[in-house]
Amino acid sequence: MNGTWSRFNITSIVLGFAFLYLPIVLLIVFSFNESKLVTVWGGFSTKWYVSLFHNQGLMDATWVTARVGVISATVATVLGTLAAITLTRYTRFKGRVLFSGMVFAPLVMPEVITGLSLLLLFVAVGLDRGFFTVTLAHITFTMCFVAVVVQSRLVSFDRSLEEAAMDLGAPPVKTFFQITLPVILPAIISGWMLAFTLSLDDLVVASFTSGPGATTLPMKIYSQVRLGVTPEINAACTILIAVVAIGVIIASIANKRREVQRQRDEQAAQRG
Amino acid sequence: MKSLGSIRRDFAPWNDPSAKPYIQFDKVTKKFGDFTAVSNLSLTIFEREFFALLGASGCGKSTLLRMLAGFEEPTAGRILLDGQDLRGIPPYKRPVNMMFQSYALFPHMTVEKNIAFGLKQEGMPAPDIEKRVAEMLRLVKLEQFAKRKPHQLSGGQRQRVALARSVAKRPKVLLLDEPLGALDKKLREETQFELMDLQQELGLTFVVVTHDQEEAMTMADRIGIMDRGEVMQVATPAEIYEAPTSRFVAHFVGNVNMFEGKVAERAANTTRITGATGAQIVVENATDTTKGADIVFAIRPEKIKVSSRKPADAVNALEGEVYDVAYLGDMTVYHIKLDDGQMVRASALNAARVSEDPLTWNDRAWVSFRPDAGVVLTR
Repeated sequence: MNGTWSRFNITSIVLGFAFLYLPIVLLIVFSFNESKLVTVWGGFSTKWYVSLFHNQGLMDATWVTARVGVISATVATVLGTLAAITLTRYTRFKGRVLFSGMVFAPLVMPEVITGLSLLLLFVAVGLDRGFFTVTLAHITFTMCFVAVVVQSRLVSFDRSLEEAAMDLGAPPVKTFFQITLPVILPAIISGWMLAFTLSLDDLVVASFTSGPGATTLPMKIYSQVRLGVTPEINAACTILIAVVAIGVIIASIANKRREVQRQRDEQAAQRG
Repeated sequence: MKSLGSIRRDFAPWNDPSAKPYIQFDKVTKKFGDFTAVSNLSLTIFEREFFALLGASGCGKSTLLRMLAGFEEPTAGRILLDGQDLRGIPPYKRPVNMMFQSYALFPHMTVEKNIAFGLKQEGMPAPDIEKRVAEMLRLVKLEQFAKRKPHQLSGGQRQRVALARSVAKRPKVLLLDEPLGALDKKLREETQFELMDLQQELGLTFVVVTHDQEEAMTMADRIGIMDRGEVMQVATPAEIYEAPTSRFVAHFVGNVNMFEGKVAERAANTTRITGATGAQIVVENATDTTKGADIVFAIRPEKIKVSSRKPADAVNALEGEVYDVAYLGDMTVYHIKLDDGQMVRASALNAARVSEDPLTWNDRAWVSFRPDAGVVLTR
């Protein structure tokens, strides 16, 4: 590219961004609408945000989603990390290919199938559907994402770090908690965040596996929209977008800073 | 043979039959699947010795070191340390420490914490740890870097942290896996002497694995040359260089000229050899050969004298033509093509600034050497 802004370039950029962000911008704008009619602008107001916090149904759903997200992400992170360690470390056990295939299959499995099969299972074993089953279902399908993230870090992990720790007198368990875990922690945290996000916006699997009293936020929003979009929903979505955006921005700034600091340190070290 | 001593003149426990071996590999074999990394190897290392395992990559030297550290168990045979059989003892309970080729510094800990790691595992009281860490930092001259993380250090500094960490526990034996491999040439030379000083100062037994012959020659009391899972020769650097016992060792360390031939005549002290291409060579130290045996006569380039006329008193003198001359400043290397076709490499120290007998391309030349200048090899 020669760096000039041709008319064609500008047009395609504008159109591209409009395509991606116009719907979201509209949603945010109309969440501040005075009017009850979603598509007619009636002046600026924050009243829908106030009424949102008085909407017991939405608040309950938010609370359920948060709890399901935290619990399922945490359990999925533990299980996914263990799976990743097994897959990278024990490369020669029988049935490894089958095992890794089974861990990663849910990545490409259509959610409808995951949801339906879990529903059938819960019905078959006579498990009452509710908070417990939806959490279990989320653990199942987010675990493999964690495994992928952690495994990619473990592949580049220098095994001699562990050997050095053992050589200096640390037994294997201590070595894992004092050396391996801190070094791969960033990947584990990313895995957790990914699992949490996936759980947060899952509608399909939750619809199959949830029961009365355990309606998640996406389910609630979806069912309300079917009765007609209210500005309240717009407000709820705007808050969700804000939370996610702030999280992403903080993470990338922290990452960038660490990278810059690291480069500066390394240059300083080279100079001696 | 007149004298092939070690550099530390008073230190030669391997010549003392009453000396107690410290590390003993007893018929050790290690297989990885079908591949034999170490094959029926026996080796003895003494206390306070600086021992180097030298060999090309894949010769089994690192496997030997890892078995001593406890990361691998021998398939057969025993390893004894100070009389104790090490079989079944995990790495974290062995009184040996290792310095890794990659240094393996813990990236999330400061220099101080890295060095203290092993001491903490031992359950040493905090004030003692602090004292020992300070002592170690002083030893490797890194006092002002205590609070830095490994990525804030240069390569040479990282190497010294790794060293300090591995000697902090005062192990019985320190294992070093290519300790200078990641450093540039100048730093490597400095560090060689630092390592030697450190070993003397701490009175530890060092076992170092290296593929760099110069490094092994400089630092070690004795060198074990390895090839394909076997030890070819164990001897002092001088013996390895001046009295190799096989073609492999002669070739592996330094430059060498080899004359294939047969034993033509055996006298009381001297043996006459007829080269495969007709050259007649008289040698003094070929006592264990028989007449008619196929042998190889090996001689180092600097033991050969090159002159434009036949030296009057020379026992061994062969005529040829200068094929190549390389002037290296401190010395000159000649490649002489003998009249029988054999190529000979000879090097001469440029002790005088002006040569009285300059030789150049295509000049006629004589190469001569004393009867005790080379060795006769039977394998």
